Amino acid sequence: MTAWLEINDLRAKAGDKTILNGLSLSIDAGEVHVIMGPNGSGKSTLSNVLCGNPHYEVTGGSVTFKGEDLLKLNVEERARLGVFLAFQSPVEIPGVSMATFMKYALNARRKAAGEKELDAVGFMKRIKVRAQALNVSDEMLKRPVNVGFSGGEKKRLETFQMAMLEPDFCILDEMDSGMDVDAVKVAGNGVKIMRSPERSFLVISHNIKFIREQIMPDKVHVLANGRVVADGGVELLDEVDKNGFAGFVKEAVA
Amino acid sequence: MTQDKVSALEAVSDTYHYGFETDIDAETAPKGLNEDIIRYISAKKNEPEWLLDFRLKAYRHWLTMTEPRWAKVEYPPIDYQDIYYYAAPKTDKKTEIDPELMKTYEKLGVPLHEREVLAGVAVDAVFDSVSVATTFRDRLAKQGIIFSSISEAVQNHPDLVKKYLGSVVPYTDNFFACLNSAVFTDGTFVYIPKGVRCPMELSTYFRINAKKSGQFERTMIIADDNSYVSYLEGCTAPQRDENQLHAAIVEIIVMNDAEVKYSTVQNWYPGDKDGKGGIYNFVTKRGLCRGVNSKLSWTQVETGSAVTWKYPSCVLMGDNSVGEFYSVAITNNYQQADTGTKMIHLGKNTSSTIVSKGISAGKSQNTYRGLVKMGKNAENARNFSQCDSLLIGSQCGAHTLPCMLSSNPTASVEHEATTSKISDEQLFYCRQRGLNAEESVSLIVNGFCKDVMQKLPMEFAVEATRLVAVTLEGSVG
Repeated sequence: MTAWLEINDLRAKAGDKTILNGLSLSIDAGEVHVIMGPNGSGKSTLSNVLCGNPHYEVTGGSVTFKGEDLLKLNVEERARLGVFLAFQSPVEIPGVSMATFMKYALNARRKAAGEKELDAVGFMKRIKVRAQALNVSDEMLKRPVNVGFSGGEKKRLETFQMAMLEPDFCILDEMDSGMDVDAVKVAGNGVKIMRSPERSFLVISHNIKFIREQIMPDKVHVLANGRVVADGGVELLDEVDKNGFAGFVKEAVA
Repeated sequence: MTQDKVSALEAVSDTYHYGFETDIDAETAPKGLNEDIIRYISAKKNEPEWLLDFRLKAYRHWLTMTEPRWAKVEYPPIDYQDIYYYAAPKTDKKTEIDPELMKTYEKLGVPLHEREVLAGVAVDAVFDSVSVATTFRDRLAKQGIIFSSISEAVQNHPDLVKKYLGSVVPYTDNFFACLNSAVFTDGTFVYIPKGVRCPMELSTYFRINAKKSGQFERTMIIADDNSYVSYLEGCTAPQRDENQLHAAIVEIIVMNDAEVKYSTVQNWYPGDKDGKGGIYNFVTKRGLCRGVNSKLSWTQVETGSAVTWKYPSCVLMGDNSVGEFYSVAITNNYQQADTGTKMIHLGKNTSSTIVSKGISAGKSQNTYRGLVKMGKNAENARNFSQCDSLLIGSQCGAHTLPCMLSSNPTASVEHEATTSKISDEQLFYCRQRGLNAEESVSLIVNGFCKDVMQKLPMEFAVEATRLVAVTLEGSVG
């Protein structure tokens, strides 16, 4: 039986540069996985390829999610199937408030599913509960998406979007970078609140303390040169903490 | 036209939703332009001698003029003898509106039966050359507001029309304004008396229907001392392979402490995706802020027309008068727009604001052209201009041509301009949240135009937002 998410021998390139080089990984429903690895090992590429970013070309391998061939779907179809990416550097959308953005996103999903648009009351309720839980103020919801926010605020808003859209599979691309201690807690809190037997997470991070204290993963993978070179539990964190990635990189080259 | 034919036409025209034709008898003058045609139009409208003289003077002057070619638009020469200058829907009884016409306006969403009107919008509808219905007139008349077709105003209020006709846009102003002065057929006339705040939005809906016909309407708005009016203008035309000419004039006079807000959603047929057909929209709109503390605000959302040539302007004559211009111009496929404004500061402490948002997609060309002029007596006059361009794709063009002339050292002029592109990263971000590519573009564009959109009256803002999406259909691969 295949897992909830099954990545098999995935190969991808950006331009002429091959970045993913036969990556295999499987995640079951309800699991939280962490991916670590040195810069350039393909962590961010993996998250972009899973979401269908047209900037990357898949040259081989397969990805199935909830039994569907993910690679056949376009970006928005994957999103509507439940794949969510919390961006490392979220882009600005001037003039569009976060509240409007979420309304469009939710309604686009409902429209695609043949459902009626959300009514204003239902939407306001949904937004209010989640904003409070994640410490997102009304003022932040009114301001244009990602315009003029600090790094930490942007990440908090990524977590907020995740809570609004209730995806089945959440990819968090370096959520903890550029955040102060409190913001890291909010991000971790988001994962804690969202954790459920029907939802899995793939968390990309360098921050061992953050992973240990906030994420508490089921499994840890180390990535080097575009493939997974080590799988394990939290004990892998200790090894990385002590020796860095040097040993893993050697393994990948050999 | 039968209902079947209407829906069949709609099925083929999936991007331009107003491209149907109404099958009604039209009374047309012979094709072409000469003094006899002008006399014919004037006689049809039972006009007084002075108005015929005005038309003939304009026509004779027009013969000496040449068509302006300085705008950044290209189109083949117009054969002015191949146009019908008068086309009126024929009706059996003068008092009844043709049911086919009613159907057309229902399709356009214009409510003509007052009883059916829920929103407080009074409508004057101009179909080809003739104003067919003016709703709410009686209610407005109780407050002394005149809201009628200009033809009726000529009959019922000749002194007012005579006093102000051509006072803001003289017939010598430019080639198209001169042509309009000679052949204008109908339009809307609004007079708001002293101290009256017009209780509802006034609205005109223009529609070109007849083949090979031009539309030359003329709108006059006079806001007397301490009055206020908000006026909306909407336009559509059937989908045709040929190009049709629309050369209108809008003249606005704003007296002491009065305010006029003029909003346009222009959705003339833009031509097909290969650039065939569409309206040539060559329009002169100008307002004179004559009184002290007067205010005129232009808000326009331009999505239609094959070629647009239009510069709604304010002449700020009264001290402390205020002029505003908020514009969104969207071009796609082969559309060309050369649009902007003129702010002429004559009085002391006059101020003006220009916010222009140009969006180009497809192979279109979109130009902002503006003039800010500070006269020698414009002590402490201020202007702020912001011109932003957004490009979608790599085959379109955006151009910004601001001109600033100051003859008064105490006047200040500020200009900001930006050009940006919808980035792949923005599209990916929106699509990752579940919006498809077109929904993403429409969201980003609406965000880009937000400052202008929120100036529109509520009922127009909804339509404008929807039009943005329709206009940009097919603009992303």
